[in-house]
Amino acid sequence: MANSTYAPMPERGAPIGVLAYLVTTAAVLLLMMVFGLLMRLEQAQWISMGAPWFYKLMTLHGAGMVGIAGIAGAAVMWYFLRQYVTLSPKVFAANLALFLIGVTMILASVLFGDFHGAWTFLYPLPGTSLGMWSEHAAALFMGGLLVIGVGFLLLHLDIARAIVTRYGNFANSLGWPQLFGKDDGNAPPPAVVASTMVTIVNVIGLVVGASILTMMLINLYVPAFDIDPLLAKAMIYFFGHVFINATIYMAVIAVYEILPRYTQRPWKANKVFLASWTASTLMVMFIFPHHLLMDFAFPRWMLVMGQVIGYLNTVPILLVTAYGALMLVYRSGIRWDMSVRLLFVSLFGWAAGAMPAFIDGTISVNYVMHNTMWVPGHFHTYLLLGMIAMVFGFMYYLGKPNRNAADSLADRAAFWAYTLGTVGFTLSFLYSGKESVARRYADHLPEWLPYDRIGSLFAMLVVGATLVFLVRFFARLGPARRDRARASLAVAGAAA
Amino acid sequence: MQEIAWQASLVLMALVAFGFVYVAINSGNREADFAPLQKRAYRLRTRLFWGLALTFGPTMIYTLISLPYDAAHAREGTGGTAQVIRATGHLWYWELSDNEVEVNRPVEFQVTSADVNHGFGIYDTDMRLIAQVQAMPGYVNTLKHTFSKEGSYKILCLEYCGTVHHSMIAELKVVKQ
Repeated sequence: MANSTYAPMPERGAPIGVLAYLVTTAAVLLLMMVFGLLMRLEQAQWISMGAPWFYKLMTLHGAGMVGIAGIAGAAVMWYFLRQYVTLSPKVFAANLALFLIGVTMILASVLFGDFHGAWTFLYPLPGTSLGMWSEHAAALFMGGLLVIGVGFLLLHLDIARAIVTRYGNFANSLGWPQLFGKDDGNAPPPAVVASTMVTIVNVIGLVVGASILTMMLINLYVPAFDIDPLLAKAMIYFFGHVFINATIYMAVIAVYEILPRYTQRPWKANKVFLASWTASTLMVMFIFPHHLLMDFAFPRWMLVMGQVIGYLNTVPILLVTAYGALMLVYRSGIRWDMSVRLLFVSLFGWAAGAMPAFIDGTISVNYVMHNTMWVPGHFHTYLLLGMIAMVFGFMYYLGKPNRNAADSLADRAAFWAYTLGTVGFTLSFLYSGKESVARRYADHLPEWLPYDRIGSLFAMLVVGATLVFLVRFFARLGPARRDRARASLAVAGAAA
Repeated sequence: MQEIAWQASLVLMALVAFGFVYVAINSGNREADFAPLQKRAYRLRTRLFWGLALTFGPTMIYTLISLPYDAAHAREGTGGTAQVIRATGHLWYWELSDNEVEVNRPVEFQVTSADVNHGFGIYDTDMRLIAQVQAMPGYVNTLKHTFSKEGSYKILCLEYCGTVHHSMIAELKVVKQ
């Protein structure tokens, strides 16, 4: 019975640090979206910036979006986790400071040093540019990533410290006593379980990422320090996959925490929930070979493992998190506002995007889909309509003036524009992938242009809607700081 | 294969959308007692789990039966031994030991790179991607393929390699035996 009874949860204002993270997110996100739109317009041949600028924007768009997803996810996690453990605001601030230093280095590397080796910095491209950029520019870019990585590592170490101080060890904070023993109803809350998972995988991912970045930085100036390109690729994709996936696992904490406040139904960490998060901890680390399926020299068993885990990984997303949210909302009498609309649609985005993603992870499909537009098609679905929608939902939640505040017509219109725009935009990518349109091409063949043009129109809709969300967020920074009830309470007989 | 992937994705995404729309429509009329609803929902979830296991499981196993890594992946043609083409990626061009192969005869592409990572993507006469492998410095990836149609095929670079990546295109002619 304890698992079905809701105990009211506090609704606190956002500390200045959380708002600083979100303001940074808003600024960088909007800029990177504009860069993304410019890339689509270039491919559609509606503007002409030339290949070097296209690839510079592509490099910034990738690095900026991944970085900002990390910052936004960390803001969500930190805000909710501090209800349960004691976190250090100084370390939280240090991470943001290091992030901003790293961003400055990356911007300088690209805008002044002409670096355009893509955010994935695949060895040995950064050091082999045929004179298009200098090794110093490459070093500045990779150094920037390294500085950002160090900041996140510090943050995760502080989170690890706080969790271990409160729960004794990670086994307890993952709820293993309840998972493997009798479920006494005292498992840690979902926010703690998710934060533990993210901390474990990100500490490992960041150390691997920092290692390969350091190796490549040495190689830039001491070429005799040779690196195996396949090992480098595996390390980069391990780090990249873990980091970007961790951003979703951090942001989804907003769903676990906010939906219960609206539905007055608990989201308890029961055995199935705990099992799925323990499984996800392992899966997110061992799935990375699905990025290397076309590297035939990679060990065969690891490639097969990449496909198998890709299929298994859909189960927790679909049947635990997405289904759990649906269960909470079904016949709850929820009063829909911008926050819950966005959180609800974000789970759709995550679950729906996972479908073309796991299909792409099928080796025989990857053989004709890898590095086509199919890939950005699926990851934009679960990042833009999933992860980023979670962050927007969180922003609306923080800024909501009171329980009964109504949304304006502009907000509601922006919600539908964002949803339809993202669906149209990502479907145009997926369809392009089906039609074998190559990914990361500055110049598209004439037969590919219609997809680019349709995609550009939907992308404009997404950027316009985002502008409305962010203007609203900035206008409500003051109220966001205050402790007060925000969530509209579900009512008996409420209409959808 | 691309068509199957597209249709399967659309169907699965539509099923997910159906679940969300159904719940959104039925989000009113609060059932105050959550426990019985939770019990019903868990029962349904168990069924969904088995539904997933019984569709995704066999699909996963079936798709692992024939992998592009296997030599047998190249369809048996009518014409004898495999033709060997050595393909090397350079910034920003392809060096092919021969740019002509015979139709219906297995071809073994030995793909590598002289500098950075490239992607060796074979596009057919309709510009549809039919096979690919990564071209890596220090490694030779062997890709086997049997062309069933004559014509002018294109080799596109499918791994970002810098400023002129999009123009790294070569031609491969598939001719009569």
